[in-house]
Amino acid sequence: MKGEPAVLTGQHFLLGDHACAEGALAAGCRFFGGYPITPSTEVAEWLARRLPEVGGIFVQMEDELASMAAIVGASVAGARAMTATSGPGFSLMMENLGLAAMMEVPCVVVNVQRGGPSTGLPTLVGQADVMQARWGSHGDYEIVAYSPASPQECFDLTVKAFNTADHFRIPVLVMADEVVAHMMERVTIPPAEAIPRVERKRPRQGPGGNGFLPFKADDDLIPPMVHAGEGYRIHFTGLTHDERGYPAITAPAHDRLVRRLVDKVRQKAWEIVEYEEYRLEDVSVVIIAYGSTARSARRAVGLAREQGIAAGLLRPITLWPFPGERVKKLAERVRAFVVPELNLGQISREVERFTSLPVLGVNHAGGAMMPPEPILEAIREVAG
Amino acid sequence: MTMSTLIAERHPSDPLFRADRLPHIWCPGCGIGPAMHAYAQAMVESGIPLARHVCVSGIGCTGRVPGYLNMDSYHTTHGRAIPFAMAIALVKPELEVTVYSGDGDLFAIGGNHFIHAARRNVDINVICINNFNYGMTGGQVGPTTPMGARATTAPFGNYEQPFNLPHLAAATGAVFVARWTSLHLRQLKQAMLRAMKKRGFTFIEVLAPCPVGFGRPNDIGDAMEEMTLYREGCVVDPAAPLDSLDIDLRVKDRPIVLGNFVDVERPVFDPLAMMRPTSEAENNTAVAGKTQEGQ
Repeated sequence: MKGEPAVLTGQHFLLGDHACAEGALAAGCRFFGGYPITPSTEVAEWLARRLPEVGGIFVQMEDELASMAAIVGASVAGARAMTATSGPGFSLMMENLGLAAMMEVPCVVVNVQRGGPSTGLPTLVGQADVMQARWGSHGDYEIVAYSPASPQECFDLTVKAFNTADHFRIPVLVMADEVVAHMMERVTIPPAEAIPRVERKRPRQGPGGNGFLPFKADDDLIPPMVHAGEGYRIHFTGLTHDERGYPAITAPAHDRLVRRLVDKVRQKAWEIVEYEEYRLEDVSVVIIAYGSTARSARRAVGLAREQGIAAGLLRPITLWPFPGERVKKLAERVRAFVVPELNLGQISREVERFTSLPVLGVNHAGGAMMPPEPILEAIREVAG
Repeated sequence: MTMSTLIAERHPSDPLFRADRLPHIWCPGCGIGPAMHAYAQAMVESGIPLARHVCVSGIGCTGRVPGYLNMDSYHTTHGRAIPFAMAIALVKPELEVTVYSGDGDLFAIGGNHFIHAARRNVDINVICINNFNYGMTGGQVGPTTPMGARATTAPFGNYEQPFNLPHLAAATGAVFVARWTSLHLRQLKQAMLRAMKKRGFTFIEVLAPCPVGFGRPNDIGDAMEEMTLYREGCVVDPAAPLDSLDIDLRVKDRPIVLGNFVDVERPVFDPLAMMRPTSEAENNTAVAGKTQEGQ
């Protein structure tokens, strides 16, 4: 088993998909179960070679249902586990994404967005899965979804996704898009010891003792995680369960459990939320854009400023939780928001929840990167 | 000789069950309980410490089995127990991973995973309780319902050809294939022991009464009558051609063939096989913590 080390410290010229794969390896991911699908296939291809080099397990599964089930299974056995997919596969993963939320099993799903619905535009960009990312599985749950805008962020945010997943015991999404995933740019990979690592909380008492409650949460609402084969004789179920992990099919038990699952993320949303601000100091029109569209938005800011309009960019790095509080704060001193996205109005709805100012969407159903010009036009329109 | 009263305060199998979860959800006469007990006994007799056994299930009446067993147990989503279990077995090859689920779960919604895990020869055991219908949802037709049998979603009788499960398992690559019933508990336990000792993908079909979901609409009076049917109608014939193992409970004189039909060796699924030295890969003993025991 000879090959390159798990952490490829140094400067590289990498495809976004490959950067996601390297981010996973650097984060300690040692199980990948996936199914080929454009435009995410390069993540699988890269890991099919790289994971065995570091003693990790790569399995090309029979479908995305199996892929998602496998990464949850690998994680309950103690591995950091990931899959990568695109729209149609993402839809198939939704049920077991909910299982991971309900069983509190950390795992990472990379969704490289393409044009949908259905088979749509397999090779071309879209950003229309962002609400599915938030609400796609049935029932109430909270999700964390990162939105990389460059290959460097594909690396960094995949590392972060594993840490967030392990810390909160939740599935975490990396919502890339085809443009970012198929773009090659410089990626700097830090030394192994500089890769941030957050470990799963583990039980403080050994197996064999009486009264161990595997799903009893601490004050942070997160229970310590027991892995298969450790002697605790633990039961995990997708059914509503009590602190013993036993099915508890009652209204009070359900409300107690689901509220905790939601609150453990919601109460720390302020810690999870990330965004980048560009030229917001004296701003009157704020563009809110993410992923590849944020790159065009940045250009539109420059063009607007050349025409004397004080435009700026708020780029959510976490789509979920959404930086709504920041929007609320900005709304106190600006005229309007412009929300360009490669869908017919998804994140713009979220922006509207946090402001009564005009929110102008710049929408295209997908298939090509959003150019700066229509964003500039929208800025001019709301600037008056 | 004097009469004495025997009061059993403890059953030898007590520690294997989560007594605080009783009573179980199964109907009177259900065949899942005895088959679960056979599994518990097989685990004890396997010589593999209980802490190294893992049980994974999907959804349905049989899907509740792991929840009653005092062991590491995972009650997953409908149809997805096999890929979930596969990943556990790959990450921790020292564990003895068994999928314990029903015919609808494993062969309708989960059928694709079954054939691919068998093809790969994943090192897991699959135990399928076949009660010829969807029990938990109330007696619907399934992929093993015999032709002509009535179900709530086949009110005029089932017109679909059912699976012959041992044939399917053998054809797709299982290295051990058996069929027993919840009446043949000793043989069932022995088959389970063999499966636990064997590396690779093993499959055991357990025919079990579902007096409420299947028996009642099909003029099988009760569980006792279905058990009688098994006692009188079953023949043990391990050499029977696999394609002759179809079941039709309505035809009184057609035998139900039981036995351990397949017991062969094939390289076990190992994603790192190509990374290992050739001799090691050929012997396929490279998976840590497990060795092939008694043939």
